[in-house]
Amino acid sequence: MLKFTQEHEWVRIEGDVATVGITQHAQERLGDLVFVELPEAGKSFEKGAAAAVVESVKAASEVYAPIGGVIVEANPAIVADPSLVNSDPMGAGWFFKLKLANRAEFDALLDEAAYKALLD
Amino acid sequence: MTHPAPATFALKHTPLHALHLEMGARMAPFAGYDMPIQYVPGVLKEHLHTRAAAGLFDVSHMGQIALRPRSGRVADAAQALERLVPVDVMGLAPARQRYAVFTNGNGGIIDDLMIGQCEDRLALIVNAGRKDVDERHLRDALSDICAIDVLEDRALLALQGPAAPAVLARLAPSSASMRFMDIRTLSIAGASCLVSRSGYTGEDGFEISVPARDAEKLARTLLQDAAVALIGLGARDSLRTEAGLCLYGSDIDERTTPVEAALEWAMQKVRRRGGARAGNFPGADVVLEQLERGALRRRVGLKPRERTPVRAGVLLYADASASQPVGTVTSGTFGPSAAGPVAMGYVPTALSAPNTLLFADVRGNRLPVEVKELPFVPHRYKRT
Repeated sequence: MLKFTQEHEWVRIEGDVATVGITQHAQERLGDLVFVELPEAGKSFEKGAAAAVVESVKAASEVYAPIGGVIVEANPAIVADPSLVNSDPMGAGWFFKLKLANRAEFDALLDEAAYKALLD
Repeated sequence: MTHPAPATFALKHTPLHALHLEMGARMAPFAGYDMPIQYVPGVLKEHLHTRAAAGLFDVSHMGQIALRPRSGRVADAAQALERLVPVDVMGLAPARQRYAVFTNGNGGIIDDLMIGQCEDRLALIVNAGRKDVDERHLRDALSDICAIDVLEDRALLALQGPAAPAVLARLAPSSASMRFMDIRTLSIAGASCLVSRSGYTGEDGFEISVPARDAEKLARTLLQDAAVALIGLGARDSLRTEAGLCLYGSDIDERTTPVEAALEWAMQKVRRRGGARAGNFPGADVVLEQLERGALRRRVGLKPRERTPVRAGVLLYADASASQPVGTVTSGTFGPSAAGPVAMGYVPTALSAPNTLLFADVRGNRLPVEVKELPFVPHRYKRT
């Protein structure tokens, strides 16, 4: 199941592991990324805490943990080539996977229709 | 009233504002103007395009000021202007331009500017955010000798990059014989323009002062050339940072002297101790002393060893665990042409030698940075 946040992240859940990335809208607003910093596996985050950093030529922006949990894996491909986030934000440009602390936090996120309405 | 109404004020528009919107620019306030930060390609591609071909920048927000000597002799205006700058203005040849700074009584920098010698007048280009301060400063100090004319009816376009000379030569063939820092009146696409071979990117190129009513037509004419693309202020900033050029308000301000800012090259011998017209500018005692003995701190280039951009405001430490910072980053970006992060900042002069290792605190991590000579990307000015 795929959900979204008001901060323009997407969250895809499989079992109790959520994969997190940023949306097409977010990558367009950020522009060409030149640097990505990701959390290490084992690190835990509260919902809303700064978990990753993305930088364009112009500025640094934080990516927040959309739900609380423990990082199980980060995507080394986007650290090696940040442009993957621009070219394939919903696929190869994923950021990290985290083990859910609380399923209700996921359920409370926006569904695709609600996220699209937010963009209009 | 717990929620005051948001402050509303009208942003000024340059003569190219409608063109920016038509071209899909992302606009943002800058020094009181609604300015294009980037266009559709984005900062990274715009930056690289400028270094590979030619970028067209709207810098009409900058101040254009004419100093017209009441005597009719431009040497009188030059002599008067030397009251305000530690620069040889009287020695500036006709049709030549020179970089300068206005200093305050402490030797701090009120603004940095260009001074062009144009037959009957001096043509000044000043920063957008300092226009009003500069105008007052000029009126207070020079009104006895000069009429001070702030040119509100002119736009300023910059055409920068290796293709710029060929592009301009097709429209104004005589521009081909100009060298770096030459300034001339040229007719371009039917408009009477004041053109200097200079810029703020480190590239060869031109800054073109054009009557406001002709600006859009000139911009559209230049854009008809396949080599030319509009470039926003975002790429302008990364270009000038790679070129090691100061941004007023970030790298220099009223609390930094031109010696601390490593701008000694802008202060010619004739205005230094022992020179024929030494001193006699605001803060001369401080600046001339620093020119001889050095200042306590110095602006340097900073090259991060890792990929993490190190940006303005980041504190610098002498080692990985020191508790007291020794300096501050004043400009920092990812440099698309340098293919990595680049920065500038102030460090103690004792730590300003090239290859000195310092540590930048970025989000709580101490990242190694090396002091490097500026620029990060070689200047490509047309000097001969």
